[in-house]
Formats: sequence, C-alpha cells, structure tokens
Amino acid sequence: MAHASANQPAHSTEHAAAAVAGHGEGVQHPLRIYLWIWLLLFVFSTASYFTDFLDKGIFRWALIVTLMLLKAGFIVAIFMHMAWERLALKLAILVPPLALLVLIGLMAIEGDYTFVTRLAAFVQ
Amino acid sequence: MSEQSATTIEGLQGASADFAADKQSFSVPWGKAMMWIFLLSDTFIFSCFLTGYMHVRYTTLEKWPNPSEVFALTVFGKSVPLLLIAIMTMVLITSSGTMAMAVNFGYRRDRAKTAALMFATAALGLTFVGMQAFEWTNLIVNEGVRPWGNPMGAPQFGSVFFMITGFHGLHVSCGVIYLSVVAKRVLTGFYDRKGTYETVEVAGLYWHFVDLVWVFIFAFFYLW
Repeated sequence: MAHASANQPAHSTEHAAAAVAGHGEGVQHPLRIYLWIWLLLFVFSTASYFTDFLDKGIFRWALIVTLMLLKAGFIVAIFMHMAWERLALKLAILVPPLALLVLIGLMAIEGDYTFVTRLAAFVQ
Repeated sequence: MSEQSATTIEGLQGASADFAADKQSFSVPWGKAMMWIFLLSDTFIFSCFLTGYMHVRYTTLEKWPNPSEVFALTVFGKSVPLLLIAIMTMVLITSSGTMAMAVNFGYRRDRAKTAALMFATAALGLTFVGMQAFEWTNLIVNEGVRPWGNPMGAPQFGSVFFMITGFHGLHVSCGVIYLSVVAKRVLTGFYDRKGTYETVEVAGLYWHFVDLVWVFIFAFFYLW
C-alpha cells in the first residue's frame, strides 16, 4: 500500500499522508501518546534519582530495578514501536536476551566464589 | 519487496506462519529488521560489559568507591549527589522524546518539523557528550581516577567506568552524526523522492536504544 506510491513521486503531502495512513505505522497514534510516555519517563527518572537518598537495602534495590524495567519497557514498547510489531519480530528480538539472564546468574555465583577464595587466600 | 506479511493471522500461529514464510519472515522494511538485529547484538555487548562490571565488583576485596559521592556536584557551596548524572539522564530522555516526535512527523510527511526535531535531538545528544566530557575531565584531573587505579578504593572502578561510559558515549557521538545526516536528507526532500520516511524511524530506533542503554547504566553503575 505504502509502496504503491513509493515508485512515483508524491504529488501532494495530503496524498502521500493518506497513502501512508493505510500502511499503519506512526500516523495512527497521535502525538499525545508520545508526550504522555515522555512525561512518564521524566517521572520515573526523577524517582530513580531520589532512590539515591534512601538507605541502601533490599527496598531501594527493588525500587531501582522496578523503575529501570518500567522505563526500559516504555521505551521499547512505545518509542521503539515494539508494541505494534508482529509477534515474529517481537520474539526474534526479545527472546534471545533472556540467555543473558543465565550469564548474569552464573557470573553472580562465580563472583561470590572468587570473592570467598580471595578472602581465604589474601586475608589472614 | 513487499512489506505485507504473507499472512494476516495474529498471535503464535501468525508468528509460526511468518517464520515459515517463503520469502521473508518480518513484515517490516529490511532496514528496520536489520537495525533491530544490530541492536540485539549491541544489547549483548553492553550486557557483557555490565555483567563483567558486576563480577569485578563482586570479587574485589577493596571498597568500591561510592558513586553518589564521586559524582557529586557542588552547587552554591552544597554538595548534591549525582546531580550532573541526573541532568544527563534528563537530557537524554528529552532527546528521546524529540526523536519519537520526529518519527511521528516523518510519517505525516512534515519535512520542516521532522528535520527540526531531529536536529534538536542531535543537539541534545551533543549536550550529553559535552557533559560527559566534563565529567571525565573532572574525574581524571580532580579526582585522579585512572583505568588502573584511583585514590578512593577498588582500582577496577576506573577501568569499568571508562569502558562502559566511553562505549556509550561513542554510541551517542555516532548517533549525533547519523541523525544529522538523516535530518539533512529530510530537509532536502530526499525521502519525499524516495517515497518513504522509514529511514527516520530506523534512525530513531538507534537513538532510543542509546537512551535505553543509559537507563541500565544509570541504574547499575551510578545508583548501585
């Protein structure tokens, strides 16, 4: 649909816009949604900045990670339009990073082990 | 080159039909699919950096320098923790917002607004890199942080910091150039002649990814 008009130069902006509207991307969602997400990202960022004033502990960590994931989720879903892509692309892009969780888990265990070994070796 | 998927089935069945398609699995312009795959590979690079950082921080016997003290900024004689980093975060988020709007105006074929918003995004990116340069200078000159050591604690702090923020800053710098080139093409009507503004969206994907990486760096490096 969008490509029907692609081979010939667009005669008027209205014409081209109408052709693209049929294609779907971008035009369908009004600017409002981006402004809202933008505002939301500001709020989350401010909130995560202020976690720095909290006592270090499990609650602060939970807050940091929650805000981080919320921000990341909104950026990917709305700003990067992932929410409107077909499932095939979503799966191809979002599933492989899950392998990283294995790496992170392994390295956390390994890190603790190395730390304990160093303690035993260097600190008498 | 068809952008229409072979099937209009949604959900898992649609996904399996897409993957089993004769010609193409992803019903998006090739540039967009390739950018996503590049960003996926970049995700792995940054994740490996951050995982390496986690490992190094777990294993060191020396005290890790407290980032909220190291990156504090003195304003009116008062020390405010992480102030510069907070401002940098806001600048990057603002640039993400202007980029999202640029993509939107691109699909409306509003040449002037698209180009203006993209140049604004690039300018904000430049501001970010500038503040990062200031931060690096401050750390190197005033705090004495080096990749092999620093006066505040674990020597790995410097190497991890310079590697991760340096690599991110490099991405931002490349993004500024990339966006400027695309914005100039928008202005000259290149994409009107081409018949599609999808390049603006692809550039937008890259830029949002740079913002995305910063979200994780901010959480794990500065707030930990």
